[in-house]
Amino acid sequence: MIIIGEKISVIAKKVREAMNSRDPKPIQELALAQWKAGAHFIDVNIGPAEENGEDLMKWMVESIQQVVQAPLCLDTTNTSALEAGLKAHNNAWGKPLINSTSNEPDRFAMLELAAKYNALCIALTLGKGSLPADAEERCGIAAEIMARAAEYGVPMEDLYLDPLILQVCTMQDQTRHAIKAVKMFQELNDPPMKTIVGLSNVSNGVPKEMRSLIDRVYLSLLMYEGLTAAIANPLDRDLMNVVKTTDLFLGNTLYAHSYLEM
Amino acid sequence: MSFVVPKESFNGKVLAVDFGKDDKALAIGGETCLPFLSFEGEIPHKPVIAYEIQDCVPDDWPDTVKNVYKDVSGNPVTWAKYCQNELKAKAIALRLSSTHPDRGDRSAEDAAKTVKDVLAAIQVPLIILGSNHIEKDASVLVASAQAASGSNCIIGKAQEGNYKTIVAAALAHNHKLIAMSELDINLAKQLNILITQMGFDKAKLITDPMCAALGYGLEYTYSVMERIRLAGLAQNDPTMQPPIVGDVGMYVWKIKETVASETDVPDWGALEERGIAWETVTATSMILAGTNLLIMRHPKAVENVEKTINELV
Repeated sequence: MIIIGEKISVIAKKVREAMNSRDPKPIQELALAQWKAGAHFIDVNIGPAEENGEDLMKWMVESIQQVVQAPLCLDTTNTSALEAGLKAHNNAWGKPLINSTSNEPDRFAMLELAAKYNALCIALTLGKGSLPADAEERCGIAAEIMARAAEYGVPMEDLYLDPLILQVCTMQDQTRHAIKAVKMFQELNDPPMKTIVGLSNVSNGVPKEMRSLIDRVYLSLLMYEGLTAAIANPLDRDLMNVVKTTDLFLGNTLYAHSYLEM
Repeated sequence: MSFVVPKESFNGKVLAVDFGKDDKALAIGGETCLPFLSFEGEIPHKPVIAYEIQDCVPDDWPDTVKNVYKDVSGNPVTWAKYCQNELKAKAIALRLSSTHPDRGDRSAEDAAKTVKDVLAAIQVPLIILGSNHIEKDASVLVASAQAASGSNCIIGKAQEGNYKTIVAAALAHNHKLIAMSELDINLAKQLNILITQMGFDKAKLITDPMCAALGYGLEYTYSVMERIRLAGLAQNDPTMQPPIVGDVGMYVWKIKETVASETDVPDWGALEERGIAWETVTATSMILAGTNLLIMRHPKAVENVEKTINELV
């Protein structure tokens, strides 16, 4: 199971302030803590970053990769900022992951960048207009994105299909559709397509003390259906323990009494 | 359309471990594919066979293999030299059998002296093995590790009941270490985790999942070895990436097929040939399962297995 650490986000006040003042320390600390906790990628969410986006993303990538030897997940809608991040990224520790393309025309450029910089790319199965109603509609969108990715020259194994996780507290049925979509996405190609979710969306809006429980149970169900990766909070020890334990049951890792310490 | 050989590639890699010194130093492991499937990956080092010698006359060995060494086995130094110079051994495994409480109970200091003497007499790498007595091995291997300081030996075997002191000694004197568990892949992984949690580098570790002779549980050994390899390569499990050792001789040269006389079982054929065949087949199975280092007794069996290795590589 691949975990993408979600903590470095413009939404967090501490991160936002550090970004604005170009203070690398809080960002580096968060990156290091997530990496040590078992994150394989570190998400770098700078938001739309309309002002100085290129400079900000470049600074973020360089600051983080000074302290962690891991690839990054570059999370912005600003394509020129994204390109600056891809240029600055050190690929010695793995390809960067672009977050994200979708079926919206203004997100097609992400595929172009993925091909140009040999990056991985998340494809959110979301089109123009309303939310996808069910798993079948998500598959239809996925197929369109896959065809477009092929046109742009992005290999299928570099594409991570995201079914779009919605809140359990307001759209309970959708959580089930997303699980089914993860299963169906894999059947769209041979070898199976890779899949990814933004996990904590599922618990948005629920009382704070229940979020971790909801996240980890949901993740376990998604993993059972073959989920490849999750953008999640690696500092949530209970969540990481569930990932490790589910990986055992799925035969992805080998049991030993100290498996939680690995 | 021409036939394309399907190839499997893995993310994981077996760790390469070197031992010995100077131009006689050896390396094992390092492969990125299953045993001998070199078209799927890299196999930088061939499996190595070490000749087993003991620190006392091997009274418990059957005559067919004891007689090979009858002129030299009275002294571990002459025995070691014979293996190196006459049999062209690439490595020697010195088993400190006489330190066992039931087999002479010689002291750790005595054992350390034997180790020093043997090391002074040979140039090929040395593997230092205890008598497989949990408590005694802890003191014997600590003293031996110190006596061999700087010689880059392999010492063993560290087991669940004694690993702490032995790991500390291997750390202090910069040796490689055999970690042994009893035919259980999960316990093998656990022991490797515990050892590395003490600060011991996993790249200096060798896994002994415990051997068994053909007809006496070889299939269990084979299966555990194979699964260790797959966990290391396919699951990229770092705790399962150390090379594997097969301590073959001691399991083969005690079973009835290598001991029973031709008078007792005339149908089984010549005793000596039978024993050699048994050690050959057992050892060959292990290298096919992924063993990187074999410890063997009969020169003819060693010759047979080396021939197979050279043909397969």
